[in-house]
Amino acid sequence: MSHALVMFLGFIAVTLWITWWAARKSAGASAFFAAGRSLKAWQNGIAVAGDYMSAASFLGIAGIIAFQGYDGFMYSVGWLVAYLTVLLIVAEPLRNAGKYTMADVLAYRLSPRPVRAMGAVSTLTVGTFYMIAQMVGAGALVSLLLKDTGITYQTAVVGIGVLMIVYVVFGGMLATTWVQIVKAVLLMAGTILLSILVLGHYGFSFGAFFEAIGHVTYTNAQGATVTQDFMTPLLRYTPPYGALDLISLGMALILGTAGLPHILVRFYTVSDAQTARKSVVWAMFIIGSFYILTTFLGFGAATIVGRDFIAANGGNNMSAPLLAQALGGDLFFAFISAIAFATILAVVAGLTISASTSFAHDFWTNVLHGGRERREGEEVRVARITAFFVGGISILIAIVLGPTANVAFLVALAFAVAASANLPVIVLSLFWRRFNTAGAVCGLATGLVSSLVLIAMSPSILGRDGAIFPLENPGIVSIPLGFLGAVVGTLLTREPQAEQKFTELSVRANTGLGAERASSH
Amino acid sequence: MTRDVDWEQLAATAEFKSLLRAKARFVVPATIFFIVYYFSLPLLVGYAPQLMARKVFGVVNVAYLFALSQFLMAWVVAWLYVRAAAGFDRMARDVVAKGSR
Repeated sequence: MSHALVMFLGFIAVTLWITWWAARKSAGASAFFAAGRSLKAWQNGIAVAGDYMSAASFLGIAGIIAFQGYDGFMYSVGWLVAYLTVLLIVAEPLRNAGKYTMADVLAYRLSPRPVRAMGAVSTLTVGTFYMIAQMVGAGALVSLLLKDTGITYQTAVVGIGVLMIVYVVFGGMLATTWVQIVKAVLLMAGTILLSILVLGHYGFSFGAFFEAIGHVTYTNAQGATVTQDFMTPLLRYTPPYGALDLISLGMALILGTAGLPHILVRFYTVSDAQTARKSVVWAMFIIGSFYILTTFLGFGAATIVGRDFIAANGGNNMSAPLLAQALGGDLFFAFISAIAFATILAVVAGLTISASTSFAHDFWTNVLHGGRERREGEEVRVARITAFFVGGISILIAIVLGPTANVAFLVALAFAVAASANLPVIVLSLFWRRFNTAGAVCGLATGLVSSLVLIAMSPSILGRDGAIFPLENPGIVSIPLGFLGAVVGTLLTREPQAEQKFTELSVRANTGLGAERASSH
Repeated sequence: MTRDVDWEQLAATAEFKSLLRAKARFVVPATIFFIVYYFSLPLLVGYAPQLMARKVFGVVNVAYLFALSQFLMAWVVAWLYVRAAAGFDRMARDVVAKGSR
């Protein structure tokens, strides 16, 4: 067990060195918030992939496939195809017209105070839910993995919280990015290695591997031993509402990614829209390869380790680490566990910096102080202080919720809010001349509130039988509501100035004329 | 430098209009295509499970192959977009050149 601790301490040492290096190198707001806009396409691409492949991807998907087969793979598909929305619609205009945050694009032609205030609320909501999910997952993972070393759930959560604050406060976006790159490379290496071992177990015969997937034996809820073909769809999303839930999930994945604040801020770290485009392509290549390999992680765990063993040894989130143990012994188990932990740590750092940036830039500087720094460097200072608070609050909530909290619904909520609140206003602000402030505020509010309310009434909170809203994923209702709110709000009011400035935004977004430049070249 | 750009005039140029048209000609059909292609997976899985569970070779069924094809689809659309975008970049440079004259 202590192998995992040693490897993880090694990762911490490397990341602290990166933070020290980044802290010496960077100065000024553009360096802190956007790494000086000087990252290369491959660097940002790997970092986008790193930001994206969270605990939910690595531990979560492997777990769902191991327990319920094919349906888990649907997450993998949606999470990659989502990047087409990012690539085709959002990334380049955002880079061309914005500065540090998602709300920059909205504030461009709309009344800055209300849209930035709402944008910051929505960003912080998405970020917080996403972050708590990661921290609860990490705490639970660590208390299982390192139970012999005396590290408890609380210690683990505090440790993660402190480390992410250190990365963000001292190293800013540059350190966060490189932590992300190191982690993404480790995660890909671990996943490829594990996949090769799974195939090796079946004598490198795809036929034998898929044959085994056809006959997975486990004990069902009634205590009977059953054999099931795990390629069969709808084992998780069972009738009567399963099909609708699956479509609803797909909507949240496809449209939510392009509204995730910690993904959007990454496009400000490169020199121009062309580089942003190339970095999405890098990310798509890495993310796609990773998600295809979840076939081996998930079905491998189902066939080689078995659902019953996983359930008795930490639950479905432990599928990938237990698979590593079965195939590569304790050392490989430690390696994969350390990677899972590094994954979570890097993702929470990325979330912290995007939340802090939004608070400092949107709320502090632009809403409270009319867009001006009262003292040089104030915005960065406020962001650093915010990072302390974001970290502290997340630590507290994660400890209060405890290691057994249902984290799946927190991630679903983050995607649902991003898709229902953020995406409609981003798209309409870029492509609809008539769109205005009332529409943006109304759209953000409707999307945010409807997804929160629907989740609160869903089976994730109230249980299968008590649920008022029958779907786990609210997207199919809340996303149209978000769009509807934005359109109705717009049509009820007129804002000639916003319509006039659409021309300027359109020229900027499409040509890159007047876009923020890289600072350190 | 950008403060004295006449955005209205730039937006009215033939170069800018043809840039927007060229982008729309690619992005609109490509977006409709990938959304339809993607959602046919959960729709078919949800409402035609017998068809999707049909075995193609061994236990590998239509559902799994269709899911795999989504990865290929995403990569191909991305590749086509990058190719088309090289043309958009050239057209955008023409617009910018006109603006700085």
